Amino acid sequence: MTKKIEAIFREEKLNVVKEALYEIGIIGMNVTEVRGHGRQGGIELSGRTGSYRVDLLPRVQLNIILSDRNVEKTIETIQQAAQTGSIGDGLIFVYPVDDVIRIRTGERGHDALTYEGDIDMLAEGGAKVEVQMQATD
Amino acid sequence: MNKTTALRSMKWLRWVVIPAVVSTALLFASPAYAQDPDPIEELTRGLNTVWILLTAFLVFWMQAGFAFVEAGLTRAKNTTNIMFKNLVDFVFATLAFWAFGYAFMYGSTASGWIGTSGFFVDASLDDVVGVPALAFWFFQLVFAGTAATIVSGAMAERTKFSAYLIFSFAISAIIYPIAGHWIWGGGWLWTLPFGAGFRDFAGSTVVHSVGGWLALIGALALGPRLGRFTRDGKPIAIPGHSISMVVLGVFILWLGWFGFNPGSQLAIHGGNADAVALVAVNTNLAAAAGGLVAMVVSWLFVTKKPDLTTALNGALAGLVAITAPCAYVTPGYSILIGAIGGVIVVYGAILLEKLKIDDPVSAVPIHLMNGSWGTLAIGIFATENGVTGLVAGNSSQIIAQLIGIGAVSLWCVATGMILFHVIIKATVGLRVSREEEFKGLDIEEHGAEAYPNDAVGSLGVAD
Repeated sequence: MTKKIEAIFREEKLNVVKEALYEIGIIGMNVTEVRGHGRQGGIELSGRTGSYRVDLLPRVQLNIILSDRNVEKTIETIQQAAQTGSIGDGLIFVYPVDDVIRIRTGERGHDALTYEGDIDMLAEGGAKVEVQMQATD
Repeated sequence: MNKTTALRSMKWLRWVVIPAVVSTALLFASPAYAQDPDPIEELTRGLNTVWILLTAFLVFWMQAGFAFVEAGLTRAKNTTNIMFKNLVDFVFATLAFWAFGYAFMYGSTASGWIGTSGFFVDASLDDVVGVPALAFWFFQLVFAGTAATIVSGAMAERTKFSAYLIFSFAISAIIYPIAGHWIWGGGWLWTLPFGAGFRDFAGSTVVHSVGGWLALIGALALGPRLGRFTRDGKPIAIPGHSISMVVLGVFILWLGWFGFNPGSQLAIHGGNADAVALVAVNTNLAAAAGGLVAMVVSWLFVTKKPDLTTALNGALAGLVAITAPCAYVTPGYSILIGAIGGVIVVYGAILLEKLKIDDPVSAVPIHLMNGSWGTLAIGIFATENGVTGLVAGNSSQIIAQLIGIGAVSLWCVATGMILFHVIIKATVGLRVSREEEFKGLDIEEHGAEAYPNDAVGSLGVAD
């Protein structure tokens, strides 16, 4: 079975999360910038003649499509890397995915999801592939 | 004062003055007016006041140039903050230079080290360089404001607003005026017994090196922005948010420089006109040469593509470098001085990166390195207006220039270290929190974004 993980968290945590995911072999992903709010009510900003409330705050949404067996490890990794402990840390959603088709080759399902050195290859004893990353503090 | 040259040929003035004299004589042909001031002097005073105020207004406009360059070269989330710092620079400079700065810089000297009269400037002061003291004060004020505003760029995107207020006051009230007194106030550097004494026509050292040194000390005290270097020390470029703003800012600065340098002649009558024309032409030539050379050097050896911000920084580098020697060199040497400035700005920025110093707008290569280079260049290339350098067979001028560069450097490093490391760090603290730096200084320091997002904020239409 194939799943989609959709994680919404703080923008400043993106690099940390990406780095932690590469570490466990999650290579393919996409990211969108989103705005929203959960229990945190937004922030007050000031204009020249008074203040206004921005209740939809910027976050990033990270999407990963992966095999069932890798979901728990991935969720755990994201949850730890994206956490600050303050209100507004975000949420992770998991959905079922019916099928995956790689446009270039026409591969489907599990085959369309595997990369050289990814989490599945690692589980089958494959060699890790170094992903070029700019890790900063 | 000392920036005036001795050339005072006034031949052309007769076309203005003779009709004026004749009409005055016809209107007031009474003996009582015989004791009145000479109409030629009156006209000269008026003309020079117009010149000094007009060029001062151009230099004031450089504040807008700095604001746009610095905002354009940094990220959108810090735009309100950097713009605000540019505003407070001029606000503080105006008030501090009125109360103390002018007196420390141009007051009667205490052994050549500091001025001691003329606090809280008003109209009771005597004429300076043949114009009202208030006009002269205003001209000097806009220079003080320029020195202050150089620094905000190098310290951008991570400096606390409150810390910046303390800095901005200190540079305009104390650091800049005292260094300025040694040179333009007729202090000990001006009267050095080498060559003509230390010379800096319009402020490569007085304004730009002073600002540049404080920019360097400030950037070092802060440390690099988060994300500027990888954990293994590899530099990562942080692109600015608007190249259009940078281009506009540079052209505003370039225009302002036509006030900065030509205005520093402090007079326009007679032979001053020739000097002013030379200064204007030299200023522009050096800027063009700096822009061209920086573009070519970086195209060939660094980025491998023509890079716009590098070329713009090259033009600014040429302008800073020619600021000290613009009245003392020929147009040909101006091109050479600007061209070398263009090389310095490219490799200076690379050097800073190697040293892990984060200067978001390259203020240090532009103002400090080229300020020092331009000041030194007088000792090498000077041939005009009573100052001679190595090319004219005079090897003593360069000694005066080196002493001046060294003395001002020591002063700025010492006061900068005390200011940033002792005074500011012990009181309000210098750098914002890690979290604030990520979110941007606009939201955390000012609670106001520069570019609010109307669609998804709650700014929408209420029914």
